[in-house]
Amino acid sequence: MAKDRLYKLLGLFFAAMAIFNFPLLNLFSHSRAVGGVPLLYLYLFLAWGALIFLTMRIVASQDTSKP
Amino acid sequence: MDAGIIIFISFAYVALLFLLAFYGDKREKQGKSLVNNSGIYSLSLAVYCTAWTYYGSVGRAATSGLGFLPIYIGPAIIAPLWWIVLKKIILISKSQRITSIADFISSRYGKSTWLGVIATSIAVLGIIPYISIQLKAISTSFDLLAIGDNNIHPHSELPFFLDSAWYIAIALAIFAILFGTRNLDPNERHGGLIAAIAFESLLKLVAFLSVGIFVTYGLYNGFGDIFEAGMKRPDIARLFTLEEAGINAWEWFWLVLLSMSAVMLLPRQFHVGVVENTQPNHVGKASWLFPLYLLLINIFVLPIAIAGLIQFPNGEFEPDSFVLSLPLVHGKHILALLVGLGGFSAATSMVIVAVIALSIMISNHLVLPLLIRSSSFQEEPRPNLSNRILGIRRISIVIVLLLAYGYFKAVGEQYTLVSVGLISFTAIAQFVPAVFGGIFWKRATKKGAMASLLVGFTVWAFTLPLPTLVEAKMISADFLNNGLFGLELLKPHSLFGIQGSSHIAQAAFWSLLLNTATYFFVSLHTVQSPLEASQADLFVDIYKYRLGGTDYDIMRRRAKMQDIRILLNRFLGEARCNTLLTAFENAQRVDLSQQQAAGPELVNYAETHLAGAIGAASAKVIIGSITKEEPISLEEMFKVLEQTKEIMQYSKALEKKSLELERTTKQLKEANEQLQELDRLKADFITTVTHELRTPITSIKALSKIMLETPELPFEQQQEFLNIVVSESERLTRLINQVLDLEKIQSRQDQWALEPLDLAEVVDHAFSGLKPLMQDRNIRQELLISIRPAIVLGHADRLTQVIVNLVSNAIKFCNEEDGMVILRLKNDGPMAIVEVEDNGRGISDKDQQLIFEKFTQVSDEFRGKPTGSGLGLFITKAIIGRHQGRLSVRSEKEKGATFIVHIPMMHPPVPAARP
Repeated sequence: MAKDRLYKLLGLFFAAMAIFNFPLLNLFSHSRAVGGVPLLYLYLFLAWGALIFLTMRIVASQDTSKP
Repeated sequence: MDAGIIIFISFAYVALLFLLAFYGDKREKQGKSLVNNSGIYSLSLAVYCTAWTYYGSVGRAATSGLGFLPIYIGPAIIAPLWWIVLKKIILISKSQRITSIADFISSRYGKSTWLGVIATSIAVLGIIPYISIQLKAISTSFDLLAIGDNNIHPHSELPFFLDSAWYIAIALAIFAILFGTRNLDPNERHGGLIAAIAFESLLKLVAFLSVGIFVTYGLYNGFGDIFEAGMKRPDIARLFTLEEAGINAWEWFWLVLLSMSAVMLLPRQFHVGVVENTQPNHVGKASWLFPLYLLLINIFVLPIAIAGLIQFPNGEFEPDSFVLSLPLVHGKHILALLVGLGGFSAATSMVIVAVIALSIMISNHLVLPLLIRSSSFQEEPRPNLSNRILGIRRISIVIVLLLAYGYFKAVGEQYTLVSVGLISFTAIAQFVPAVFGGIFWKRATKKGAMASLLVGFTVWAFTLPLPTLVEAKMISADFLNNGLFGLELLKPHSLFGIQGSSHIAQAAFWSLLLNTATYFFVSLHTVQSPLEASQADLFVDIYKYRLGGTDYDIMRRRAKMQDIRILLNRFLGEARCNTLLTAFENAQRVDLSQQQAAGPELVNYAETHLAGAIGAASAKVIIGSITKEEPISLEEMFKVLEQTKEIMQYSKALEKKSLELERTTKQLKEANEQLQELDRLKADFITTVTHELRTPITSIKALSKIMLETPELPFEQQQEFLNIVVSESERLTRLINQVLDLEKIQSRQDQWALEPLDLAEVVDHAFSGLKPLMQDRNIRQELLISIRPAIVLGHADRLTQVIVNLVSNAIKFCNEEDGMVILRLKNDGPMAIVEVEDNGRGISDKDQQLIFEKFTQVSDEFRGKPTGSGLGLFITKAIIGRHQGRLSVRSEKEKGATFIVHIPMMHPPVPAARP
């Protein structure tokens, strides 16, 4: 259980490292906009939100399993 | 707005914070802590968001779009790892009573005083620019709120007594002193302070969100609207992509990395995240709550920046102050006041926590080590030192703020908030190898950490703060343009000839590269002291020690009970000293008043609690002055040795066993070979024996047949035939007897009873038995016995057999015409020697080697095969072998042969009494 969480968190970290860095950022760095909002801005904040959500899920899973 | 009102509101706000802090401390004392929950913990971590975030992010966004974001994305990326890394640091720090980041580094590397000094210096020098921008932010916002314009009075031209920043610095110093140095807590925990900080974090978030909502939904119709308005202006539209905003991958990457380290290692972050942490498990919730806070406080940054750029197309206001100027120009004074208050709280919370953290470091790692070593201190019978330590801290706070003010006056104003803040981030990042290497890599040494910090700090100082001093006209610009010592390779902004687009990325890259390389290189080439090794073990394997209890101490120290008491009194005050000792008594179930000497447990207990007040390195020195240190007692040393010995013995035994095995294998192999050889011999023997048996039987059979078939055979012929039959039968009998003899001698079961006997008698007896035979053949005979008695351990019958065999042979082979046999008994030292000499044809050298084998007979060209079985000499030799003797022959062709028997005697020989 504890090991699982460790690997999940590590995986999340590395995924975030890739998602929030170049060259992936370049994919979204153009002048297109979705509903008026620039794509890059949207991408960064949505990915950020997803990261927070996933962290919460993984960390919460340990809270319930704790004695 | 009237400056008086603003000042009044500011003071009212500070008073509110004090009330909160006071209430928080009160609750803390009652054991009903306000701050013991992960929400408050996450909010206190948000001290990360300073005036830099509050005002600076918008300023940064106005020039480089989303370029402000890496500083907040970095912490969000590293947050999932907090459960692994930050929690480990907290557990270590709790078990070691760590009081600051410098203390952490110093403790990890053997509680090194020097390392504490280096780390403190880096932290102080690195953070001063950071504090200076908070002063700048507060004074700028004050100017803006009170006067409505931020470009009238450059602070650098004002005398300090007219400068708002000066009074702000003073106020902050008082504020910090009142908050952080009211009493000396051994755990360095300030529950009230944290409550106030958390409140400030909440306020700045609410204020920032308010202005964000006002701009986005008040001035515009939401995100889409504000972005579309921006798109219409090419100079604003360029901010929406990274390349056009001037952000490159290299800089982005390094900013992310720097902020990852900053969020954990900045002195104030370490203070709120580690030192003030009440529950390691709070890290779990904080690892998503804190990033959520960051997301919320950043979501309106770009919209506000765009709105500011659209509203002030001619640069009427600095982008760093858009947050304030936007509500102001739209007449929203209350909102502006709230925003100003939010900015004030962002700056004050940072400054207060930072200077408190720095003052702890300065007092524990710079001043105390000097103080403790001074002779006046050691002689002085001062009852209570805690006031003195608090005094040192108060002075440190004032000095740090004055330095920050000085930097602000000299340099700070020419740079944006963000660019100055990043200088501090890069300085703090130099701790990364020492801290993270220290908690995961046991091999890291003190020297490695020292070298790494010094190299990193030097590169940092050279590439970042030094050039800013040039622009402040404090030092010559020469080295900036031409490189240090005129060397092109040593230009601060293009170190080693590599030109980079971003100074920060360049400086971070070079300083961290050289720093990390030095850390590993020096660590691998130096060794740890025992204390370093034990600390390394405690840090890296903290989970193991938490599970296994704390019986791990290499320092077996003892001290006088009285000394411990005095020491704790001096540094912690009497009340706290008594509380601590009572707690110890209860936990260990001992009565300390009965004890004269304090055991190692109490010494360690005292040290960890002292470390809480004055840092690990100082506590080590102080405790060291009153303890007798027995690194390990003799008994324990023996125990360790015993264990080692056991292990060594075990391995030796194993080695021996394997050697034995090898030897046995070899023996078995040899035995096997012998058996095979014996088997072959046996087969040979049987072949030979059957052959030998067949010869006489054949002749007996043939002669008997002739006599049976020819009854008319003449009598003489019959007689002759019968004679031959008889002699052949005798030969057969003899052969069979000898074979049986041989079997008896060779079989191991035939244990002869050897007993002392006189060899001379045996020889005498055997020789006289053969005399008639020799006389028959006219053989001259001679018996020469020169020792008598010749006592040997032997078997009389068998020895007689030996003599008879040898003499019979001599008779058989001696000269036919003039035969002669000589038998001698003499001695050679402890050996009895029997010699049997004949004057026959002798034995050739080649035959001499063969005659002792079974069934070998020396055949003669003239006389043919001699009579006999060929077993005689072999049996003789076997018998002598049984007597521990040996049989040899000395002979020359045509000059006769002499057989020599050596048998060991029991007693020293006595000269013969008669011939």
